[in-house]
Amino acid sequence: MSAAPMLEVRGVSAGYGTFRALFDVSLEVRAGEAVAVIGPNGAGKTTLLRVISKIIAPTAGDVVMEGTPLGPVPAHRVVELGIAHVPEHRRLFPRLTVEENLRMGAFHPAARAKFRERLDFVYELFPRMKERRNQAAGTMSGGEQQMCAIGRALMSGPKLLLMDEPSAGLAPVIVQQVFNLVKRIRAEGYTVLIVEQNIQQVLQVVDRAYLLEVGTIKQSGSSAELLASPEIRRAYLGL
Amino acid sequence: MDKRIPAVIGIAALAAVPQLGLGNYHLHLLITVLIWGFVYTSWSVMGRFGMVSLGHGAFLGVGAYVVTMLWNSYGLTPWLGIPAAVAMSMVMALLVGYPCFRFRIVGHYFALVTLALGEVVRLTIVGLRDQTGGSLGMTVTAVPDGTSLLALQFGERTVFFYVALLVWLFGLWVWRVVDRSMLRYALEASSEDEDAAASVGVNVTRAKLAITMLSAAMTTLGGALYAQYQMYINPETVSGIGISLQIVFAVIAGGLFTQLGPTVGAMFTLLLAETLRVSFGHDIHGLDGTVYGLLLVLFIIYMPKGITGSLAALLTRGRAEPGAPAAGLAPSR
Ligand SMILES: Nc1ncnc2c1ncn2[C@@H]1O[C@H](COP(=O)(O)OP(=O)(O)O)[C@@H](O)[C@H]1O
Ligand SMILES: [Mg+2]
Repeated sequence: MSAAPMLEVRGVSAGYGTFRALFDVSLEVRAGEAVAVIGPNGAGKTTLLRVISKIIAPTAGDVVMEGTPLGPVPAHRVVELGIAHVPEHRRLFPRLTVEENLRMGAFHPAARAKFRERLDFVYELFPRMKERRNQAAGTMSGGEQQMCAIGRALMSGPKLLLMDEPSAGLAPVIVQQVFNLVKRIRAEGYTVLIVEQNIQQVLQVVDRAYLLEVGTIKQSGSSAELLASPEIRRAYLGL
Repeated sequence: MDKRIPAVIGIAALAAVPQLGLGNYHLHLLITVLIWGFVYTSWSVMGRFGMVSLGHGAFLGVGAYVVTMLWNSYGLTPWLGIPAAVAMSMVMALLVGYPCFRFRIVGHYFALVTLALGEVVRLTIVGLRDQTGGSLGMTVTAVPDGTSLLALQFGERTVFFYVALLVWLFGLWVWRVVDRSMLRYALEASSEDEDAAASVGVNVTRAKLAITMLSAAMTTLGGALYAQYQMYINPETVSGIGISLQIVFAVIAGGLFTQLGPTVGAMFTLLLAETLRVSFGHDIHGLDGTVYGLLLVLFIIYMPKGITGSLAALLTRGRAEPGAPAAGLAPSR
């Protein structure tokens, strides 16, 4: 096999209070890959990304980023290791302008020095954001907010982008645009771990995927394998 | 045009005011506005980020009492007493703030914790009656001829006016430094979404502690200044719930998000208090509290940006280009 994976999730269990949402979940993402975690509502996808970002602590297991165990790393330092999170429902800072949101993305000291350069990059990638730069982020449409959220994540200069259901709550036309965005992010050389319920479409843009059901990994394989899998076709694709 | 010109003209005009030959009463009103304008600015430095403290009387009280006690009992100059009181307040802010911020006590719960802090300080002052005079209050021991730089006492009102003016300008300067710092973005982001703020690298606990300690330190200086000016302090007027609530009321009335909002709030509360005093005298006890409470509700409903915020909105509305996006609060999901 090639070099060690960029991100390793090793036997992670996690939950909320006494409720367990993840049971012994393991997965890995290699540099340059795009990987999806697919599964129905309530499967634990968001919880998994929260564990990776240290927003919640796992009850067992650990996450390793490029050889660094995240166990002792506080939430606000995860970004320094090259992990950027595009959270569920986007979670922009709605009263801040688009540009202020992007500025927040480059908050940590190493990123601040490269603010200008990265801002130009994000504006080039999303010219719409440049047009809207002085608008309060909360007043934009859902698709624009998603762009802004992705832009904010890119401002930190990440190696790995975690995306939580970027297509959720968007109109079908916009959903297609969002997946095109994901493709472009990939083409820019970012490694992506994306969580989705929109299985048909996400499998078009990633290399591999894991199927998560009630907190457990049930299947994994290349996008083509999963698209061909009888269980997935029956349960999720309605074929 | 250089944006600093109006500020320079304004400061020069203010500095010239005592030369107009104002009577003692009017000078007194001005000094009062400056002192309270500074205290309110100190509160707003953290209040603007949704960290509503109902206990800033605690820091006012430490400023007034620690400095006065050190002077009266040990003859320690306020030049040393003030730093001591400020340090004490900052430690207090740290001890109360850290667990709050670490365990995400926000909103109403945070307000309740601070309310309790104010009461603890007030009751401590009352309880230490042998040293503090209890609820009768205490008088700052005056120097023989009324003026001494070492004692920070100025028999001449005009001199005190300039001292208050400097401190007030210092408060505005701090407000502006915070307004232009990354700390401001960190705190605005934290006030909207703590998880998202942490994910972009904000140490939420530390950012909140920093602004709380800054606000506490400034408020303490305000308390000391108040004591040096009034030469008499009492636990109700510096640490009671009434004063803590008045701070909140004044800032909301004046405007929470503008540099001069708290000062306008100080003018407004002073005018209100003087009007009430002149029209009703001291007969109706608790009337001002009732009026404040009523007005606070009205302000929150009809003028949430306060007097200065609403004025600014009126002025910019006239100038705004047609179709410019309104920076409203309506998220579209
Ligand atoms: N903050 C929370 N408190 C308690 N339970 C939660 C919380 N967030 C999620 N859960 C529960 O954890 C499980 C997994 O949720 P989640 O990770 O959000 O799933 P998904 O993102 O796959 O829809 C669900 O049963 C959900 O109800
Ligand atoms: Mg989810």
